[in-house]
Amino acid sequence: MSLKLKALLKSPWVFHLSTGSCNNCDIETLDCLTPRFDIERFGMLLTGSIKHADVLLITGSCNRMSVVRLKELYAQVPQPCLVVAIGTCAASRGIFKDSYNCPLPLDKIIPVDVYIPGCPPKPEAIIAGVVKLIEKVGSAK
Amino acid sequence: MTFIYLVLFGFVATAVLGLITSWIDRKVTARVQYRVGPPFLQPFYDIVKLLGKETVIPAGASRGVFLVAPVIGLAGVIAASTLFWVNQFFSDGFMGDWIVAVYLLTVPSLSIILGGFASRNPLASIGASREMKLVIAYELPFILVALVPVINAHSIRLSEIINIQANGGVFAGSLSGILALIVAVLCVQAKLGLVPFDIPEAETEIVEGPLVDYSGPGLAIFRLMKNMLLFTLPFFLIILFFGGFRFSGLNILWTVLEYVGIVAIITVIRNTNPRVRIDQAMNFFWGPMTLLAIVAIILAAKGL
Repeated sequence: MSLKLKALLKSPWVFHLSTGSCNNCDIETLDCLTPRFDIERFGMLLTGSIKHADVLLITGSCNRMSVVRLKELYAQVPQPCLVVAIGTCAASRGIFKDSYNCPLPLDKIIPVDVYIPGCPPKPEAIIAGVVKLIEKVGSAK
Repeated sequence: MTFIYLVLFGFVATAVLGLITSWIDRKVTARVQYRVGPPFLQPFYDIVKLLGKETVIPAGASRGVFLVAPVIGLAGVIAASTLFWVNQFFSDGFMGDWIVAVYLLTVPSLSIILGGFASRNPLASIGASREMKLVIAYELPFILVALVPVINAHSIRLSEIINIQANGGVFAGSLSGILALIVAVLCVQAKLGLVPFDIPEAETEIVEGPLVDYSGPGLAIFRLMKNMLLFTLPFFLIILFFGGFRFSGLNILWTVLEYVGIVAIITVIRNTNPRVRIDQAMNFFWGPMTLLAIVAIILAAKGL
């Protein structure tokens, strides 16, 4: 494994983006930052600016209004960047599958690296998902 | 020989010690909040990772200034810390190097202001203008208290200040010295941009302020610069008030205690205070802090 990739996996800074979720997944995502779960153990930090991010955490069902913003933000991320879909809505649109307002699932808009299902997924599930992502990327190259 | 000072001490030693200090800072913060905290090598991984990322230059930004600003800041810190190391190990300073030290320690703040305005981002502009106000606020008391050791030592050379303290007791032992040290630690807090004076960066309102549009190597250099300042500024205080690092016998223990003590005070202040507004910070520095600094200078002039 190259030093560059190793450093990326040791300090993945996350950017949290909601594309019209019911906020439940967002609350569970923020739970990961609390002292009980403490993702800084893995070197993860929550960044406020998309320019500092290595991992995009995306929640919600990608409605028409937010798809434009999502594409705009994805174009601004400095590469290499990984995308995590959190919750059933982000993974497959969930109960909004036939909604007029959710034309496309997330993985048809931008490439997704890992899906974390659940409505909402537990913080443990989110951390397990991100750790699996790190293992997958680490063993692939 | 100059090259060795500049690269080996000014850059490598300062960077390694600064990154270790920033790990201590993050670990203590985590323990205060009942968390586990990051692993030891975390600051090193952060820098290496950022160096390997893509540089995104915002549309409409002033390209040249945007890219050069972090390098100017890093050069300032390297020059300042080289000056301190040289005075620490050899009495090779020159007449008036105290003035150069104070001047060089302002360069990092100026580079952040430059970078913020060059990136053409509204949040970065707000952050840069706040940084400018903060510099105006803390520089006055900082220069005043840094004058106290000069008055005590009757010399403006850093090596003289170190030598006099080595022979006749440290300045922090006198009344004027302890007053000056209190003011200096609070000014250093603002110089480092840590809570309660992290107004320019204010993560929760203007998302990292001047650094909002920096990515990849630019951000890495800015972070490295801040971590190196985290070592350089306590080092400057130790030279001014404790007579520099001493490496003979039991004195090593004292040196480590002084350094860790200053870093611990900075970290504890950072973890127990909320962020103040820019006008409150200005009132604080131009009011009580400047008064205390003037009192310290008068006491020092009377020889107390």
